[in-house]
Amino acid sequence: MANRPELLAPPEIFYDETEARKYTSSSRIVDIQAKLSERALELLALPEDGVPRFLLDIGCGSGLSGETISENGHHWLGLDISASMLNVAVEREVEGDLLLGDMGQGLGLRPGVIDGAISISAVQWLCNADKSSHEPRLRLKAFFGSLYRCLSRGARAVFQVYPENIKQRELILRQALQAGFGGGLVVDYPHSTKKRKEFLVLTCGSVQTSIQTGKNEHDEGCSEDDSSEDEESGMVSMSDRNRPKKRQKPNKEGKSREWMLRKKEQSRRKGNDVPADSKYTGRKRKSRF
Amino acid sequence: MRLITHNMLSCNIKGVTNGFPLRIEAGNVIEKEVDFNPDFIRHMFAKLEWKALVEGARSMGYAELPEDSPDAAVLESDESFLKKLHHALLELHLEEGALVCPKTGRKFPVNKGIPNMLLHEDEV
Repeated sequence: MANRPELLAPPEIFYDETEARKYTSSSRIVDIQAKLSERALELLALPEDGVPRFLLDIGCGSGLSGETISENGHHWLGLDISASMLNVAVEREVEGDLLLGDMGQGLGLRPGVIDGAISISAVQWLCNADKSSHEPRLRLKAFFGSLYRCLSRGARAVFQVYPENIKQRELILRQALQAGFGGGLVVDYPHSTKKRKEFLVLTCGSVQTSIQTGKNEHDEGCSEDDSSEDEESGMVSMSDRNRPKKRQKPNKEGKSREWMLRKKEQSRRKGNDVPADSKYTGRKRKSRF
Repeated sequence: MRLITHNMLSCNIKGVTNGFPLRIEAGNVIEKEVDFNPDFIRHMFAKLEWKALVEGARSMGYAELPEDSPDAAVLESDESFLKKLHHALLELHLEEGALVCPKTGRKFPVNKGIPNMLLHEDEV
């Protein structure tokens, strides 16, 4: 695959019947998906009490990742936008329930019902505006907001993603944090272009747990307190920046031109359309206004 | 689609505040056996909306569940109840039919066991 699929067509069109079959019958892809799913389940850190959990597989496709979940003894619900991929899943008689849906429209699940969520190679599709009515930021917001709501307290969401560039990764992370998630990025084999894999591990609720370190070339890692590996493995942890600050006294000096220029620059950086600065910006108006 | 999923799904249309539960219009229901695990059933019980489950089960042709949500004692000791709950949650499959939004009446068709929850442009 010389081109990224996301640049060729929207997922429900790219993954048509032929592509769906090709995807699922490629032993290489099946193998990779199984490994990624196993790792994602590991990172979910579900309690090891032998009780099966109810998990969500976002972008479940033809059920490759779902099968790994079933093999690990859990029940699952899969969501995908491609009917062709889901049909292949039905043919393979996967054990989870399947939903035809668009994650960018919100998940539509009741609060606190899901014990954990995984997504293998799917979330990056959200960053593309496939229809003129799409605004990726709004879709990401709808997705992360609804995901946060439906997860039970202390549950995690683990996404294996292939971000196109740094901007995309930051966009995804920012939206996740704004929705209330905490968490970090776990990178396996950070120095190998072929083997490098990124997992976004999101936590919700007040449970404070440590995020595992990524794997390095010596296949070590996955130990919770191995901080000497930091140089080899890539671990970036993020926490909610929107911590409630102490109530500040309202600024009595009013809003100066300097303040206004600063705010406009901030808004421009976010990507909003802001009128150009001129000699009229922040000028004192006549008392009429 | 099984009742365990139906009990979690709500209508996502813009403006609909409480789109739960979706009414089931059962076309074709089949039964598939699943291994019984009492721990899982007990774990899920806390998350279920009991009334919606009983209603849903009835729409799919299963009326063995008690009307009122049982209390903890029953959950611990009564295995036959757990088996009934297991059967309702995991073994009944809605293959063809529809899910109907309680507020707007919008139908989400179910084909080959897969509900189509895709919203139209104006519903987002």
